[in-house]
Amino acid sequence: MSLHSTTTELLNGRAIIGAMREAGLRTVVALPDITTSAGLLWPISKEPDINLVRICKEDEGVSICAALALCRKRSALLMQQTGLFDSLNAVRGIAMEYKLPVCMFVGLLGKEPGVPPPQNKKYSVRVVQPVLDVMEVPTLCVEDDGDIAKIVPAVDRAYAESRPLVVLFGRKVQP
Amino acid sequence: MMSRTDCLKEIAILRGDALVVAVYSTAFEWIGISPHPLNFLSIGAMGQASSSALGFAIGLPDRRIIVLDGDGSLLMNLGSLVTIAGVAPANLTHFVCQNGCYEANGDHPIPGQDKVSFTGFARAAGYRVVTEFFDLDTLRVALPDFMQERGPSFAALHVQAGEKPTLDYSLMDGADARRAFQASLDVIVSHSS
Repeated sequence: MSLHSTTTELLNGRAIIGAMREAGLRTVVALPDITTSAGLLWPISKEPDINLVRICKEDEGVSICAALALCRKRSALLMQQTGLFDSLNAVRGIAMEYKLPVCMFVGLLGKEPGVPPPQNKKYSVRVVQPVLDVMEVPTLCVEDDGDIAKIVPAVDRAYAESRPLVVLFGRKVQP
Repeated sequence: MMSRTDCLKEIAILRGDALVVAVYSTAFEWIGISPHPLNFLSIGAMGQASSSALGFAIGLPDRRIIVLDGDGSLLMNLGSLVTIAGVAPANLTHFVCQNGCYEANGDHPIPGQDKVSFTGFARAAGYRVVTEFFDLDTLRVALPDFMQERGPSFAALHVQAGEKPTLDYSLMDGADARRAFQASLDVIVSHSS
């Protein structure tokens, strides 16, 4: 399969932002990720009712979102899977051990569209879900637009059960 | 050079109803000096106190947030200084207890112990107010005004290693402690919404 996605292979960014808004995620903490840059981060940066916090390193975002959750405010951490890997100690020590609903929206750089993450050729994509499974972090893979409807219930569940969630974007997101 | 215990006692006098985020050895001392339901002990992942404090500062914009950081801890999350300065929370006061060592992990020196300038980091990052204290008399005089400053404000406290408290981590981040903190925070949140 070509690494260059056609339009129909792209995820609908407006629908994802709509789902984030419906889920009450009013603060987005982010580092740029090329998978979600054009479709999510740039549009979110122009949304007046979403507070965007730009961070220097992804583990900062885990702590910021955790503190906001303690303040009963919903937020999302938007990043690339490389940043997720860099943040695993914060995910372990803060989100998991303190049982806090840190919702992480993760673009999978280099993922083959249409191929489930664990079956990808790229190591950096293939190992994401197994690592999260071992850490007992729940995941939701958004592979096509039909999966976007699963975001709101997954976020609601994370807050209801006070535990983190990782939403993996399996395709590039378009504006 | 000051005693960390003395510095913390001065801060405790002035904390009012502030939410305080504290790390490791400082945190163990702090909960004895200033027991309070709004003490958040940041020991889950080293270096994250400043980022946790920023989250609280965003979530509770009408409440003063004080972070009692360590030099070794802050070295693990220097980017947070830039993030905090970018967000510029007016309610965030950031202290760093600069004792030059990893006290909770065997007193090993931090890298660049005799060269590093934390005020230099904070100033370059863009904190609104940056200062440092070397002696207790000066701290006592300046602290009331400093703690009223519009943030983000930053002070390096040049301290000797503190008294060695018993490191019973269950006191700080056990399930009971976390539930008590959440309950106190819920009261504040319910009154502010």
